[in-house]
Amino acid sequence: MIRFESVSKRYPDGTVAVDELDFVAPSGQITVLVGPSGCGKTTSLRMINRMIEPTAGRILIDDQDVTKVDAAQLRRGIGYVIQHAGLFPHRTIIDNVASVPYLLGTDKKQARARAMELIERVGLDPRFAKRYPSQLSGGQQQRVGVARALAADPPVMLMDEPFSAVDPVVRDQLQEEFLRLQSDLGKTIVFVTHDIDEAIKLGDQVAVLRVGGHLAQLATPAELLSRPVDEFVAGFVGRDRGYRALTFTTVGELAVHDEQTVTLGAPVPSGADLDNWILVVDAANVPQGWLNLVELSRDDTTVSADLLYRGGTLATQGGSLREALDACLSSPSGRGVVVDSDETLLGSITAAEVLALIEKRRPAAASVTGSGSERR
Amino acid sequence: MIGEVFTWLNDPGHWKDTRFDTGIATQLTAHVRFCAFALLVALIIALPLGLVIGHTGRGRWLIAAANTLRALPTVGVLVLLTVVIAPHFYGRTDTGYLIPTEIVLIVLAIPSILSNTFAGVENVDPAVRDAAEGMGMTGKQVLLKVELPCSLPLIFSGFRSATLQVIATATIASYLPLGGLGRFIYDGLAQQDFPQMIGGGVLVAGLALVADLLLYLVQRYTVSRGLTGRFSKKRIPDARLASVTQAEVAAV
Repeated sequence: MIRFESVSKRYPDGTVAVDELDFVAPSGQITVLVGPSGCGKTTSLRMINRMIEPTAGRILIDDQDVTKVDAAQLRRGIGYVIQHAGLFPHRTIIDNVASVPYLLGTDKKQARARAMELIERVGLDPRFAKRYPSQLSGGQQQRVGVARALAADPPVMLMDEPFSAVDPVVRDQLQEEFLRLQSDLGKTIVFVTHDIDEAIKLGDQVAVLRVGGHLAQLATPAELLSRPVDEFVAGFVGRDRGYRALTFTTVGELAVHDEQTVTLGAPVPSGADLDNWILVVDAANVPQGWLNLVELSRDDTTVSADLLYRGGTLATQGGSLREALDACLSSPSGRGVVVDSDETLLGSITAAEVLALIEKRRPAAASVTGSGSERR
Repeated sequence: MIGEVFTWLNDPGHWKDTRFDTGIATQLTAHVRFCAFALLVALIIALPLGLVIGHTGRGRWLIAAANTLRALPTVGVLVLLTVVIAPHFYGRTDTGYLIPTEIVLIVLAIPSILSNTFAGVENVDPAVRDAAEGMGMTGKQVLLKVELPCSLPLIFSGFRSATLQVIATATIASYLPLGGLGRFIYDGLAQQDFPQMIGGGVLVAGLALVADLLLYLVQRYTVSRGLTGRFSKKRIPDARLASVTQAEVAAV
């Protein structure tokens, strides 16, 4: 557990970077600090491992005041990941990862064995071990950065915009893998980002800071979206917050309609009872896309892959309402495709039905937002 | 003319010492000795100084000051120092001439080593330094384990250019009654023995090339391949990307 007790950072010229900050980052959870630039989020993070010293207040890690510990010793027990990874260009990947164990005096063979394990754990090919950072892409470097921070198995991790310098596709991938890793490891993580979507996706709790280093709101992502405390937080959380809040709302079973399907490669079906759109599945009953029966020319006699509309997203049974609604909205036929957890087709649902579910959930929504607040 | 220079250099009599003349071999050794000593002292002064200034960011004015030393006219300083220092030494000793020569060469070598070392440390990616401190390296560890190895390419280039300058300039030792390869240049000029003069110049150039080659080899084996980019360009395909491609192929 990391506890901020009225922590302030004033610079000699009078600028206040962080002002009387009070909050707790609970053990085993991800606390995201988010805010516009100049809100003191990075300063707050860097005060935890004493890269910056606070001018007032205390920061406690498991009830130990950080300023009472030797800075280098303290930092060796805290994983640290930064925006541009900051890998040592003169060391191979495996030696980069083993850096902290080397500092702690772990013997070389053991440190490297551990590093090898982590390289694979963060999803890198073991053949990268003997390479140098300049041979890796940005996303790969960032994976090495995470592996390096984990090498000495620290209970606490500090992450300063670790995924913001990579392209959106890779970022998404890294975020997913980071969440998977965290569900295995259960570290106490403080994560800084300027991206509210990232904060909501990754955070167990999110602290929104405003310029001047004031804490505006500390809440779970669901509460932040449904009940921003003031104009600033509401503005920062963004316009689609009502829609995005559906990410945190699940309904039990979606009641689905049976959907007529045709298998990929089969002859194009015909018949008066058919709708304009028909769902195409593969041999394993996994949805592939929609076929528009009206648009087909006479030459198209079999259902081939290049005739399909693939724009529709899939909703998973038991998933969030956002997923269900998005499946409806993105489907060219207007019918959202619902699949099982193994991606096989269950049936379809319409937007009107999803909206009815949302309407039905409305009174209960208050109970979702009431839980999980750690605010002190 | 070229042929005559070649003949002069090839004459074994010119390489050995005689009762009246000092041979090429001895002068070459003397030249190397002047240079090696000056470079060693310059390195001992400039390397730690450059590292510390680069690491702490304090004392930058010293870099600027050292660079103004480059503007000093070498021969003028040599004469001035000789006039001041040489009278303090009597008898059959070179020391009175040796000290001014070495001072001039050291002063010549320091700026390029100092400013390159400083630039090398200063140019280390701030993210790398931040990561090094953030993982718990002490200031000394950051300097020796990260900043020094990362600035080696620049340090080597500074030292190599200092070496070339010193080897070329050490010929002025012969302006004073000292040996070195400059002897052939000054004597050749005085005697209008141009093959000897040019031969001396060729020897200086050859020595400089050999020294640079040796330093290049040392550099090659001390600087990390991660910094020089000398590694096989063969890319390892990303395992996950590969699996995606396979899935796509399977789907098609």
